[in-house]
Amino acid sequence: MNTKTKKIAFVGLMASLAMILSYIELLIPPVFTALPGIKMGLPNIVIIFTLYKLGIKEAATVSFVRLVCVSLLFGNAMIFAYSLAGAFLSLTLMSVLKRLDSFSPVGVSVAGAISHNAGQTMVAIILLERVEIGYYMLALTVSGTVAGILVGLAAVYLLKILANLKI
Amino acid sequence: MVNKKARNDIILIAAVILIAAIAIVCLLFFKKEGKTAVVYVDGRLYGKYQLTESITVDIHSENGTNRLVITDGKASIEDASCPDLRCVRHYAISRDTEQIICLPNKVVVSVE
Repeated sequence: MNTKTKKIAFVGLMASLAMILSYIELLIPPVFTALPGIKMGLPNIVIIFTLYKLGIKEAATVSFVRLVCVSLLFGNAMIFAYSLAGAFLSLTLMSVLKRLDSFSPVGVSVAGAISHNAGQTMVAIILLERVEIGYYMLALTVSGTVAGILVGLAAVYLLKILANLKI
Repeated sequence: MVNKKARNDIILIAAVILIAAIAIVCLLFFKKEGKTAVVYVDGRLYGKYQLTESITVDIHSENGTNRLVITDGKASIEDASCPDLRCVRHYAISRDTEQIICLPNKVVVSVE
């Protein structure tokens, strides 16, 4: 099989995996109901894996396909706007940090998680026209760091056991 | 090489947590109890309610209703028409700048 076909198949597989992880995340009851917006960010495991295995273009494709499908299946236009802003910021920062090559996937994942939260908070500030919503970033930064570490460790493990996988 | 990256990771994580922790501690300990609960719908002022009184208000917005309840100096949303009900599960607020946000109904309750 030529490389291009393999790549397309791989990206499709990763996108569906990311979708399933989004769905699983929806099924997990929220841990801190008093603080909304906190989540694990499980699909980011797949996106970081794709970023390291193939590159930013493929990771962006996986992320975009996932968020379009998930918004269509489980969400609405609003959810799409929030997710798009989060995904765009987080992918940009993660690819820059990966290119700098001074952090492991764990650090990249933490930065991705925090910037994802930042993107969504910015959309909330714009849509609700309340700058004070920015205070909420503090709680999200702490939860995002913890979730980012766990997601990053999962990605490191995945990259290690699939180190021989050639696409 | 790997150790250097791990060290950078730890520096990044520690810095982020430290900054957030300092800011949260400052907000929690230096913020006074607020006096009024201010309701905004779609960015516009909807109403102001004293935290000292005990009242129940139905906030009508374009997309539905949120029932604001003020008791014991704290404001909370008791019932809402939004699908996720995250505003209802949110803890009761009483300190300056604390807020409950209902994204679907575009309702913000803020203590000021």
